[in-house]
Amino acid sequence: MSKKLMQAVMFTLFRLLSLMVVCILFSIVGFIAYRGLAVLRPQFITGLPENGMTEGGIFPAIVGTLCLMTGSLLIAFPVGLLSGIYVSEFAPDNRLKRFIQIMTNSLAGTPSIIFGLFGMALFVNQLGFGDSILAGSLTLAILVLPVIIRSTEESLNAVNPAIRQASYALGATRWQTVYRALLPLALPDILSGLLVSFSRVSGETAPILFTVAAYYLPRMPSSVYDQVMALPYHLYVLSTSGTDPEATRSMAYGTALLLILIVLFFNVLTVLVRRLLSKYVNIK
Amino acid sequence: MKKLFNISNTLITLLIKLCGLISGISVLLIIIFLFSEASGLFNKPSIDQETVIAISKKNTINDPEAIQIKQIFNREIRNWSALGGKPDSILLFRLDDLILYYPADAVTEVPDTMRARINRLFAQHDNLIGYFPASLMPHEFSGRVLRIPNLNVMDFIRGREWIPDARPVNIYGALPLITGTLWVSLLAILIALPLGLAVAIYMVEIAGRNINRILRPAITLLSGIPSIVYGFFGLVVIVPFIQDQFGLPAGESALAGAILLAIMALPTIISISEQAIRNTPQSMKEASYALGASKWQTIHKVMIPFASRGIIASALLGLARAIGETMAVLMVTGNAAVMPSGFLEPVRTIPAAIAAEMGESTQDGLHVKALFALGCILFVITLLINLSVEYMQPRTKKRMML
Amino acid sequence: MSKLEARDVNLFFGAHQALKNISLQMEKHTVTALIGPSGCGKSTFLRLFNRMNDLHNDMRLSGTILVDNKNIYQRSADVDALRKKVGMVFQKPNPFPKSIFENVAYGLRINGVRNKNYIEERVTRSLQQASLWDDVKDNLNRPALQLSYGQQQRLCIARALAVEPSVLLMDEPTSALDPASASTIEELIYELKIKYTIVVVTHNMQQAARVSDRTAFFYLGELVEYDETKIIFTHPTHQRTQNYVTGRFG
Ligand SMILES: Nc1ncnc2c1ncn2[C@@H]1O[C@H](COP(=O)(O)OP(=O)(O)OP(=O)(O)O)[C@@H](O)[C@H]1O
Ligand SMILES: [Mg+2]
Repeated sequence: MSKKLMQAVMFTLFRLLSLMVVCILFSIVGFIAYRGLAVLRPQFITGLPENGMTEGGIFPAIVGTLCLMTGSLLIAFPVGLLSGIYVSEFAPDNRLKRFIQIMTNSLAGTPSIIFGLFGMALFVNQLGFGDSILAGSLTLAILVLPVIIRSTEESLNAVNPAIRQASYALGATRWQTVYRALLPLALPDILSGLLVSFSRVSGETAPILFTVAAYYLPRMPSSVYDQVMALPYHLYVLSTSGTDPEATRSMAYGTALLLILIVLFFNVLTVLVRRLLSKYVNIK
Repeated sequence: MKKLFNISNTLITLLIKLCGLISGISVLLIIIFLFSEASGLFNKPSIDQETVIAISKKNTINDPEAIQIKQIFNREIRNWSALGGKPDSILLFRLDDLILYYPADAVTEVPDTMRARINRLFAQHDNLIGYFPASLMPHEFSGRVLRIPNLNVMDFIRGREWIPDARPVNIYGALPLITGTLWVSLLAILIALPLGLAVAIYMVEIAGRNINRILRPAITLLSGIPSIVYGFFGLVVIVPFIQDQFGLPAGESALAGAILLAIMALPTIISISEQAIRNTPQSMKEASYALGASKWQTIHKVMIPFASRGIIASALLGLARAIGETMAVLMVTGNAAVMPSGFLEPVRTIPAAIAAEMGESTQDGLHVKALFALGCILFVITLLINLSVEYMQPRTKKRMML
Repeated sequence: MSKLEARDVNLFFGAHQALKNISLQMEKHTVTALIGPSGCGKSTFLRLFNRMNDLHNDMRLSGTILVDNKNIYQRSADVDALRKKVGMVFQKPNPFPKSIFENVAYGLRINGVRNKNYIEERVTRSLQQASLWDDVKDNLNRPALQLSYGQQQRLCIARALAVEPSVLLMDEPTSALDPASASTIEELIYELKIKYTIVVVTHNMQQAARVSDRTAFFYLGELVEYDETKIIFTHPTHQRTQNYVTGRFG
C-alpha cells in the first residue's frame, strides 16, 4: 500500500474512532441530562424523599453532601496547604522530604474503598466516632490530601525563583517569604486544587459507605456525630436497593444529573478563578 | 514586639513541619490499620467461636482442613476413606437434624435434655460428624471435638473458593476475587488503550486547535464525573444492552464491567498519552519529515516509540484506576464470587466484595477481617502499579493527580 | 538550467515578514553558503526547499520555488517525494532513539524498501560516505545516542544520504560541534559536492570561505548580495556585506 493511501486510511480510522469515543462519552452525559432534567424541579431539591423514595426530593442528601464537603476540606485544606508549603519551601532536600513525597504519591493512587476500610477501622471503631459526619469527613480529608499537597507544592515550585531570592535578600524569614511573596503568586493553582478537591469529595461513594452514609434519614443533622445521607450513596440506594428500582428511576436520574452538575460547576469555577486571578498574578 | 514576632514565626514553622509529618505518616497509618485488622483472620480458626464440630470417638481420622469440612457438609465428600479413615459413609448432623432422630419438639426442649441427646447421638453413630452451639456441649462428651487449623496467608491468597457464609466453617479463598478483579480490569484496558491512543493521536496531529479547545475541557469533565454516576449509566444502559444482545437471563457480567471500566479509564489514558505524544521533540519530527516520511509514518515510527513510556504509564494508571474502582463495578458485574470463566458470566471483584459484604457481616467477626485482608491485597496491587509508574515516569504521575 | 531557484519569494509568519522579495539560483554540484546575522531568515529560506516551513501553520508564502525546474509549491506537488530528493541536516544532531543501523535505514524503510541486502548495502555505503563507517562498523546495533556529538552529526548526514537525495540542505551543521569534528564535516561537505548540490547555513566566515563556491548574504529578510565566495570575501559590492564578513557587526 502506498504511504499516502496508508496515511489516508489510518487518519480516517482515527477520525472515526475519535468520533465514536467522543460520542460515547457525550452520550453518557446527554442521556442522563435528558432523563434527569425533567425531574430537576425546585421541590426535588428542597423536598424530603417520600413514598419509599419514589417521590419527593433529595434535600437531606444534598445537605449531607454539603456537610461532608465542608467538613473534609476544613480539615484537608489547611493540613494539605501547610504540608505543601513544607515540602516545597521548608524541607531540606533529604530523606524526610522524599519520604513525604513518596507517601503522598502512594496515597493519591490508593483506591477509594481502602480509605473506607481505614476510616472505619480508625475513626469509626478505634476512636469511637461511630458512623458520623466527623468520621466521614476525616476519611474524605485523607483522600483529597494529596491533591491539595500536590497543587500547593507544584504552584510554589512554579513561582519564579528570582522572587524568592529577592525576598530572602531583603531579610525576610522563610514564612514571611512564603506568606507575602510566594503564596499570592501561587494562589490560582492552589485554589484550583481546592476546587478539584471539592468536586472529588462530592462524588466519592466508597469511602463514606462504612463511615457516615445513611440509607434513609429524612432529617437534618444536629451535630458532627450524626449520620447523614449523601448524594452519591443515595444514588446507589435508589438504583440498586430501593424497594422498587423501577419506581425510583426518575429520582435516580435527577440525582445523577445533580452530581454531574456539581462537577461541571467546579470545573467552570476553576477556569473562571484562573482567568480572574491571572489578571492580577502574571509575574510567572 | 520583636520577641512576639519571633515566637509567632517559630510557632508557624513548627505547625508547618507538623502538618508535613502528619501527611507523611497518614499512609503508614493506613497500612498499619489495614494489616493489623487483616491479621485477625490468620491467628484464629475460621469457625465461629460459638460453634463446635465433633465426630465420634471411634473415628480415627486426623483433624481435617477447613475446606474438607465444607466439602463434607456439602456432600462433596461422602466417605470417611477420603479423609484416611475407615471406609464408611459419612453421616451428617446439624442441630436442626435432631428432628430426624427425635420428635419434632426435641429441639425446643431444655438444654440439658438436648445435651444428653447430642451425647447419645455421637455415642451411637461411629460415622457421624456434626456441629452444634458450644453452649450445648455435653458434660462428659462422648464424641471428639475437631480442631480447625488457622488459615494461613498462602491458603487465603490461593484458595479457590470464597464462601464467607458457609456453615459450619467459613471459606475464605481470595483467588476468585483476585482473578475476577484482574480479569475485568485487563479486559477494560484492552478495550480502552487502542481507543484512547487513537483519540490522543487525533488530538495531537489531526484535530485543529479549535476542536482541541472543546475536547480537552470535555475530557477533564468526564474524568471528574463520579464513578457512581458511571455505574448508574452502566446499570440502566449497558447491562440491558448486553442482556438483549447476547440473550442472557441477566446482563450483569464481566463484559458489562469491562466496558464500563474502559469508558472510565479513557479520560486518564487519553490525557496522559496525549501529553506524552505531544512531548516528542520537534527536532525528531523534523528529522523524519526531512527524509520524506508522511505524517502517519512519523507518528507511527517516531512519535509513538518516543512516547511509549508515557503510553505504558497511561495504561498502567488506567489499570490501577480500574482495579480499585468500586461502585461502578459493584453495580454491573453481577457479583458472583466464582472463578471467572467467560465474559458473559458474572464476576466479583475485590473492591466490590468489600463494599457489598461489609454491610452484611457482623462487626468483629472473621468476615470483616477477611474483607480487610482483601483490602491489603488490593492495596499492594495498586501500590505496585503506582510505584512502577513512578519509577518509569516520575513526572506524568504528578500531573495526573491535579 | 539551475538546480534550485527562488523567484520573488515573500514569506510571512503571521504578521511578521521573514523573507522579502528574494530571487536566487543555485547550480548543480555546487556548495552555496548562506550567511547573515541571527534572525535574518537564513534557516527560513533554506527550509523553503524541502517545504519544512509547512509544519508551521501560520506561514504564508508568495513567489515561486523551483527544484529541477519544477514548482514545488504547486498544488499537485508531492511533498514526501520532494523531501526524499532534498535531504536535510540540522543544527543539532537529532538521531532517533534507535540503533545506528535503524537510523540510517529509516528513510529507506519509510519509502517502502523491503529488500534486506539492498538496505544493508545502502546503510554501509552511506556510513562510508559520511566517513563514519570506520567508527561504527563493529557494532551497528549500538544505540545512536551513545555516539559522540560529532559522530551523531555524521550519522545524521549518513541518514540523509541513504535515500539518495540530489540536494543536501545543511542548517549550521557544525555549530554544535567541537573544532575537530567540525573540520571532519567540512571535509565531508567538500567531498560530497561531487555528487550533490549543497546549501549550507553558517555563522562561521572561515567555514563559508573554505567550503562554498558561492555565498549569499542575508540581512533582515532581504538578500543583500549573492556572488562567488571569493568575491564576497574579498571585494563585495555592498558596504554591509563588507562589514559583516570582516566581523564589524554581528
Ligand atoms: N515558526 C515561526 N513563527 C514565527 N516566526 C518565525 C518562525 N520561524 C522563524 N521566525 C522568525 O523569522 C525570522 C527569521 O528566522 P530564521 O530562523 O530564518 O533566522 P536565521 O537567520 O536562521 O537565524 P539564526 O542564525 O539565529 O538561526 C526571525 O525573526 C524569526 O523570529
Ligand atoms: Mg537558523
